[in-house]
Amino acid sequence: MHTKTLTELKAGLQAKDFSARELTEHFLARIEHHDGTLNSFVTVTADQALAQADAADQAIAAGDHRLLTGLPIAHKDIFCTEGVRTSCGSRMLDNFIAPYTATVVEKMADQGAIMLGKTNMDEFAMGSSNETSFYGPVRNPWDTERVPGGSSGGAAASLAARLTPGATGTDTGGSIRQPAALNGVTGLKPTYGRVSRWGMIAFASSLDQAGPLGLSAADCALMLTAMAGHDSKDSTCVDEPVGDYLGGINQDIAGLRIGVPEEFFPENLDGAIADNARDALRELEKQGAKLIKLSLPSVTLSVPAYYVIAPAEASSNLARFDGVRFGYRCDDPVDLEDLYKRSRSEGFGAEVKRRILVGTYALSAGYYDAYYKRAQQVRRLIRDDFARAFKDVDVIIGPTSPETAFKLGAKADDPVNMYMADVFTIAVNLAGLPALSMPSGLINGLPAGVQVIGNYFQEGRILNVAHRYQMATDWHQTIPGGFA
Amino acid sequence: MAIDTRVVARAAHLARLQVDDNESAELCGRLNDILAMVDQLQQADVDGVAPLAHPLEVHQPLREDRVREPDVRDKVLPNAPASEDGCFLVPRVID
Repeated sequence: MHTKTLTELKAGLQAKDFSARELTEHFLARIEHHDGTLNSFVTVTADQALAQADAADQAIAAGDHRLLTGLPIAHKDIFCTEGVRTSCGSRMLDNFIAPYTATVVEKMADQGAIMLGKTNMDEFAMGSSNETSFYGPVRNPWDTERVPGGSSGGAAASLAARLTPGATGTDTGGSIRQPAALNGVTGLKPTYGRVSRWGMIAFASSLDQAGPLGLSAADCALMLTAMAGHDSKDSTCVDEPVGDYLGGINQDIAGLRIGVPEEFFPENLDGAIADNARDALRELEKQGAKLIKLSLPSVTLSVPAYYVIAPAEASSNLARFDGVRFGYRCDDPVDLEDLYKRSRSEGFGAEVKRRILVGTYALSAGYYDAYYKRAQQVRRLIRDDFARAFKDVDVIIGPTSPETAFKLGAKADDPVNMYMADVFTIAVNLAGLPALSMPSGLINGLPAGVQVIGNYFQEGRILNVAHRYQMATDWHQTIPGGFA
Repeated sequence: MAIDTRVVARAAHLARLQVDDNESAELCGRLNDILAMVDQLQQADVDGVAPLAHPLEVHQPLREDRVREPDVRDKVLPNAPASEDGCFLVPRVID
C-alpha cells in the first residue's frame, strides 16, 4: 500500500480494497520500523490516527466520500494541533500543547484526512538541512549520512521513505521546494495568501506560506484543493476562488511558453545539475512547449535581500517567546529581565539567535535605511522582473537547488554557505509567486529537482506542467533503497 | 559595515538575549559573515524605487463587525510556566 499515491489510495478506499484502519496501521507500522533511523517525526499520534481512521471507515460505509477521506497525512510540527505538542523544532516549545488547531490542519481533517503525526523541521523553520532542530537532524532516506534539506526536512524524508503518503510543509525561502528536491518528491509553495497562516507558527509573515508535499503533482493538487481558500482569521489570506487543480491537470501543454532565466544557470553552477534541468526542459519541449531565454537581473540579489527581510520579521515575531505565557522558562530568574534573557537564550538554538540578532540590528536606529529599506526596494525590483517576464511566458523553469543532498555537518559551521542552498528558491517568496519542485532524475544516486514557477494564482498551470512531465517520466516513482 | 562585540551586545540587549563573553567573539564573526553577504545590496540601483513590504497589493477583506470573546483562559493557562488564580506569575517587578 505504501508505494501508492494518495490518488491511488483514494480509489482503493472507495473500492473497499482495504479499510482506512488497515491503511493507517500499515503506515504507523512503517514509521515504527524505519523512523528510528530517519528521525523524520517529532510526535506520532497513533491513537488519534486510529480513531480518525475508524471514523473514516464509518463515513465510507455511509457513502460520505470527501476529498481526503481515510487518507493519512503527516503535518509539519509548525502547525498548531489542539491537544498535541507543537514544538516548531525548538526547545522553546518542547512542552507546548497547542490550545487550538491551525486552519490548514482543520480544513484537511474536515475533508476526512487522518493525521499520522508531526514531522521534524529546522528550529522555527530556520535552516536548509534540518540540522537546527532541537530533536536532532533528520536523515535523508537516499543516503542516511546526508541531510534531507530543510526546513520541511521531516515532511520530505518521511514521504520519500513512504512512511506517509502525503505531508504538509511551509516555505519561507524554499523550505518546501528544496527538501522536496533533495528527497525526490513533489512539493508546492502556493501564491502568498492562497493558504491560511492561522495557527502556523510565524517566522517571516510576509513570506511564509503553507503547501503540500506529495508523491506526484496530482497528489499535491488533491491536497491543495483541501488546504486553500479564504480564512477570516488570517487577514493576508486572499479572497480569490480556489482553482479546479485536479480538473485541468492533464491538459495538453503544446504551445506552452517556458521561460528559462540565465540567472538560474550561472556559470559556476554544477554541470550535472544544469544538465539535469536541461533534460527536463527537453522532455517538456517534446510535448510541444516552447523554450524562451530571458533574464531576471535583480534575482541575483535575492539572498541578501531575504537575509535582511526574513530576520527582521523574525526578530519581531519571535519577541512573543518571553518565558511568561507559554514555552520555556529558565530556572530561578532573579528579576523580569533575567527571566526574559535567560529563557530566550536557553530556549532558542544558535541559528535562531543569529537571525534574531541580524534582524534586530538591521531594524535598529541608524541602520534601517541601509538595510531594511534597501532590501524592500530590491524586493520590488525582483517582483517587477518576474512581472515583466510573465508578459511573455506562462511558466519559468530552472533547477530547484544548486546541489543534491550534502553530508550532515558539511555546512553546519558556515551559515552563509548554508544560505546559498536556497539561491534559486528565495526570489519566488520575495515576489509571492507560486512554485513547485518535481523530481527530475538522480545524480550519483541522489535525487535532483526542477522548479516550475507560475504567475500569481496559477497553481493549476504549474501542477498541469508537472503532471505532464510525470506522465512521461518515472523519477517521482523511484523509491530509495531499503524503503521499497 | 563590520560590527564589533559592543554592537552585538547592544542588539542582544534589544532582543532580550544573553550573550556570554566566551561566545561573543565567535558570534560576532558569524554575524559579520552574514552582513558582508548582505552588503551586496549596496550595489543595487534603488533610486526612486518604493519599498515593497508585501508581495500582493490586494485589498484586505472586511470582517463582519461582531463581538467575539471566546473564554480560553482554562485552555491557555496550562501552557504557562507559572500561574496562580487564573493569572500568569512573573518575578516581582515593583519593590
